[in-house]
Amino acid sequence: MMSTEKKLPLFEIFVRSKRGLDHKHVGSLHAEDHTQALEYARDCYTRRSEGVSLWVVKSSDIVASQEEDASSFYDPMDDKPYRHATHYELPEEVNNM
Amino acid sequence: MTEFKMNEAELEKVFQKRIDDEQKIEPKDWMPEKYRKNLIRQISQHAHSEVIGMQPEGNWITRAPTLRRKMVLLAKVQDEGGHGLYLYSSAETLGISREEMVEALQTGAAKYASIFNYPTLTWADVGAIGWLVDGAAIVNQISLQRTSYGPYARAMVRVCKEESFHQRQGYESLMVLAFGNAEQKQMAQDALDRWWWPSLMMFGPHDADSAHSSQSMKWKIKRKSNDELRQSFVDQSVPQAEYLGLKIPDSNLKWNEERGHYDFGEIDWDEFLRVINGDGMCNRDRISHHVKVHNEGQWVRDAMRAYEEKKRARELKKSA
Ligand SMILES: [Fe+2]
Ligand SMILES: [Fe+2]
Repeated sequence: MMSTEKKLPLFEIFVRSKRGLDHKHVGSLHAEDHTQALEYARDCYTRRSEGVSLWVVKSSDIVASQEEDASSFYDPMDDKPYRHATHYELPEEVNNM
Repeated sequence: MTEFKMNEAELEKVFQKRIDDEQKIEPKDWMPEKYRKNLIRQISQHAHSEVIGMQPEGNWITRAPTLRRKMVLLAKVQDEGGHGLYLYSSAETLGISREEMVEALQTGAAKYASIFNYPTLTWADVGAIGWLVDGAAIVNQISLQRTSYGPYARAMVRVCKEESFHQRQGYESLMVLAFGNAEQKQMAQDALDRWWWPSLMMFGPHDADSAHSSQSMKWKIKRKSNDELRQSFVDQSVPQAEYLGLKIPDSNLKWNEERGHYDFGEIDWDEFLRVINGDGMCNRDRISHHVKVHNEGQWVRDAMRAYEEKKRARELKKSA
């Protein structure tokens, strides 16, 4: 039988493994609110000191681009090789810039 | 809001220990008010420099000599706008708004790199800027990848990845002129003559005269002193100028075997102060152009806000 219980919202969890590094997405979990999500995330994702800091973000607040749209979404980047340093061939003597 | 359970003296101790241990400071950490202020000043000035720096080069986009050079220059100037964005965002993590920073720029309360107050008179200037100005910026930004504030350090990593193309395209474009006919070579030399000294000024006053330097070094906001950075820039640029067959406009420039560095002449500090304090050749133009473009964009910002509000109202109605 389907429960009529109110569903808990989903949170995405990000862990900073070491000071100075970016937070990295590690997974998600259900929680009542942000504070609870933070506590659950601690218990779920950092049981072995995997991180020094956690971010929790409501999944519904994340807007993602679709991989199926990648070709048209990123198309303008493909024909611009001159945005890369390697596009410019410099003589050996000054090639260290 | 983050709550801290320690008192101020304990917090300060933890903060300084983190700095001493080469750890990064992150936005939600406690930090001394002066550290925050100092960072806001430096990062926002850095951001303003990226944005104002688009003007002298932008001046040549419509007049680039070939379609390829035009596309390259467009891509470079676009990158600089992006650098401004990375930097403004990292300053915003310190609790200042974009609007406040833009206002400080427009009223002259905030400074930006004095070099962008010089005019770009010929096409050769675009090459010289890529080679020298981006070259000097890279020297500075490489050392800032190790700055103590996490978001600033990470923005610098991203910026440095993009900068290498800027310098190389400039040098490549200057090579064409330097190895071209006599008139082209003269254009390249003239650009070097005008951009060399302002490039050295980019590193700021001598260490002994630099107002914020020692505190910034103690907090590891800055990792190398102005004079150290300037020296590495000179050392790297001399062989690059020699390869082009161009002469650096400094009669005191010569290799010092003992130091293992080039000796070089004294900067005209009066000129530096004049330009940084608002009286360079293009200061007024740069700011009035920024104000003009910012105001011209007002309707776009208004339209976006109006659209957002409409959308929200529609969604509210649907869910009601
Ligand atoms: Fe830049
Ligand atoms: Fe650049």
